[in-house]
Amino acid sequence: MIQAILVFNNHGKPRLVRFYQRFPEEIQQQIVRETFHLVLKRDDNICNFLEGGSLIGGSDYKLIYRHYATLYFVFCVDSSESELGILDLIQVFVETLDKCFENVCELDLIFHMDKVHYILQEVVMGGMVLETNMNEIVAQIEAQNRLEKSELLAWGL
Amino acid sequence: MVAPSLKLQDLIEEIRGAKTQAQEREVIQKECAHIRASFRDGDPVHRHRQLAKLLYVHMLGYPAHFGQMECLKLIASSRFTDKRVGYLGAMLLLDERHDAHLLITNSIKNDLSQGIQPVQGLALCTLSTMGSAEMCRDLAPEVEKLLLQPSPYVRKKAILTAVHMIRKVPELSSVFLPPCVHLLHERHHGILLGTITLITELCERSPAALRHFRKVVPQLVQILRTLVTTGYSTEHSISGVSDPFLQVGGHSSKTMTNTSPLSSTQVATNTDTSRNAGNAVLFETVLTIMDIRSAAGLRVLAVNILGRFLLNSDRNIRYVALTSLLRLVQSDHSAVQRHRPTVVDCLQETDASLSRRALELSLALVNSSNVRAMMQELQAFLESCPPDLRADCASGILLAAERFAPTKRWHIDTILHVLTTAGTHVRDDAVANLTQLIGGAQELHAYSVRRLYNALAEDISQQPLVQVAAWCIGEYGDLLLEGNCEEIEPLQVDEEEVLALLEKVLQSHMSLPATRGYALTALMKLSTRLQGDNNRIRQVVSIYRSCLDVELQQRAVEYDTLFRKYDHMRAAILEKMPLVERDGPQADEEAKESKAAAQLSEAAPAPTEPQASQLLDLLDLLDGASGDAQHPPPLDPSPGGALVYLLDLPCAPPPPAPIPDLKVFEREGVQLNLSFIRPPENPALLLITATATNSSEGDVTDFICQAAVPKSLQLQLQAPSGNTVPARGGLPITQLFRILNPNKAPLRLKLRLTYNHFHQSVQEIFEVNNLPVESWQ
Repeated sequence: MIQAILVFNNHGKPRLVRFYQRFPEEIQQQIVRETFHLVLKRDDNICNFLEGGSLIGGSDYKLIYRHYATLYFVFCVDSSESELGILDLIQVFVETLDKCFENVCELDLIFHMDKVHYILQEVVMGGMVLETNMNEIVAQIEAQNRLEKSELLAWGL
Repeated sequence: MVAPSLKLQDLIEEIRGAKTQAQEREVIQKECAHIRASFRDGDPVHRHRQLAKLLYVHMLGYPAHFGQMECLKLIASSRFTDKRVGYLGAMLLLDERHDAHLLITNSIKNDLSQGIQPVQGLALCTLSTMGSAEMCRDLAPEVEKLLLQPSPYVRKKAILTAVHMIRKVPELSSVFLPPCVHLLHERHHGILLGTITLITELCERSPAALRHFRKVVPQLVQILRTLVTTGYSTEHSISGVSDPFLQVGGHSSKTMTNTSPLSSTQVATNTDTSRNAGNAVLFETVLTIMDIRSAAGLRVLAVNILGRFLLNSDRNIRYVALTSLLRLVQSDHSAVQRHRPTVVDCLQETDASLSRRALELSLALVNSSNVRAMMQELQAFLESCPPDLRADCASGILLAAERFAPTKRWHIDTILHVLTTAGTHVRDDAVANLTQLIGGAQELHAYSVRRLYNALAEDISQQPLVQVAAWCIGEYGDLLLEGNCEEIEPLQVDEEEVLALLEKVLQSHMSLPATRGYALTALMKLSTRLQGDNNRIRQVVSIYRSCLDVELQQRAVEYDTLFRKYDHMRAAILEKMPLVERDGPQADEEAKESKAAAQLSEAAPAPTEPQASQLLDLLDLLDGASGDAQHPPPLDPSPGGALVYLLDLPCAPPPPAPIPDLKVFEREGVQLNLSFIRPPENPALLLITATATNSSEGDVTDFICQAAVPKSLQLQLQAPSGNTVPARGGLPITQLFRILNPNKAPLRLKLRLTYNHFHQSVQEIFEVNNLPVESWQ
């Protein structure tokens, strides 16, 4: 099961924070900070798996992360998930973002935080992997966006 | 209405424009005030925008709890735009600890039954993220209906929601079990993925479900086969496929072993390893081979695949390979040993995660044949490793040295080396262990004291080392000054030098109070060992009579009194210490046992009273012996001793016995046989092998056999070969009992068996009759 998905930039500013287990707000922020510190220490050419910090869970949890340009994508998972599979999943997620936003960059994530959440909801649901086929995900997102657009037009907003 | 509110984008712009944290807080507080006002006014048109802004602010860490009720209103609205934001807010802000969350149950119910597909998707997503137990119970029927809808989008979401519901409310398993088999026929990968997860969850919760799904295993293998042989359409369908293989393989046992070897090898050979996805599948294959009871050839194949991965240049692959090998090392030790050189190479990695895994695996691979080479590598690693790994490495080396030390001298050398390199990271009992070890090795006293003296002269900062050295110099100071030791270079040590060194330790600010205590006592002991007069020592001791540390002061006063009033007794008091028995763990074990017995008799309610008292009876008989199978004492390196401890390594099978076997127990197809062996070289020893077999139709699980003998005998139980005997003549459990009977007392044996059979727990206590006379005469 995936416990949390965090996206933050090279300075630790959170761009996407999604927890699939309940933590109080202060703990959530602490986890983001702690994860950032752990991941920042990592060199670029060492492996993408980290034994997790103490806050987010005991010895069963791992952090699997990927560094893209200015952003870190971190998935905190337990031992039932395949590590290489999750690495693939991060790739799928980023590629989907790329397709939806056309050459996605950090600014897109900043200004369209809600849309990023909606895309993520199509990939991971309740801490479990829902869909890995990029085309399906993009098709769904586009359908939902069309729906929203037509509603907003109807209401004149 | 207040001034038109900002769009989300504009707010973000403003926040980013803030130069300092204080400015940012100001902007956000102002905006939150607007948002609160807008919520109070109840403006339906812009509500979704306000909540979106609130969610952004929430991500940055600011309080947003006042938006919770707005989420509910938005969810209840009929517009998709509103619902989208509302559900997102619910997932981020609401949780089951607030009562408010129950209020959305009704909205979700409506959306699930009447909403359009995207809306149903949203509702399911929310339910699976924050659905509490009550919500799950209420909404289970709706979700069940959606499982059978034609649209794959909704179905796959419904399946994963079902998984969440089962996790929250296990009773719902019965509701979601029937649709599963039907869902397996789907071709859509998303649905298959979800179904596999659901089946796994069901199987984990109840063995009944497991039996139910065993029948579909061939179907799953078929799915796997088609995917493997027809090639991959999108590379990510592979990640979906790796799941059926792993999950089901992990749960079914015999039915899988026939069909899977073929599939495993097929997958292993056909998978394209140039892509990461291919590697992922290969790993899952390996893990499955490990989980199910595969043939030996297949397991070797798995280990070899992992070995190949170890040489891969991609660090991620190497990491996963090391992790998997660690899991395998217990069961396939020899196969993993072949890759030892590669594993040891991985120790040199600069990557902390990799070197940690490599360290764990290396420590697991140490055995009696490779211990010297491995220790060299590990000690080299200890010198250069990062500080957080030092403690683990040091304790690992010390443990391995205890288990596999070929000679005492090598053992002492190793511990010495660890203490000098990583002294501050060793466990507290390392000092005690070393002193006991040295004390026991009489021939090595001179050698040890010289080595320690040299080490101490170089460096007095490592506390454990200083403590051991001080103790040794105190005990064996006379040997140090003799100057003859053939094992290391002769060194002329002066009395004054020794005293000066100990004084240095006493005065150093780096020394802990405990260390000072050791040094002071050592000085005192030297007063009897050394030839010269004791003025210097007396001086030092009297200085410490007014030391601020109470312990030191007390010692100094006592020693001083010893000099002044009881000088005639000094030599006798300060004689060499006798060998200290390794009492500590033994005393703990006996205390634990008696506590356990006491707890059993107190806590047991009336019906189990007779069992508890019978257990006490068993323990009475056990008095003095080293314990039954439930409390194995730790391993003791000190040789000999009348009490034998449990060994970790499996015992070689005893040679064929002339004493006839005895069948002692039979019930519903479960049998227990005893076979006896008296080794000729040790007439007091009797080895009994207890074999449990099962010819019935049901498996025997959690099988535990305990034994007791009269007080005059000593009994030691070794670990059984397992605790499950499969049905219809499956692999039996064997357990070895060692009985020492030096007085040739008549042998009596009482056995207690507990196990599960045909879903009942069985307990039998009985005394073995008709024991052959040859077993004890």
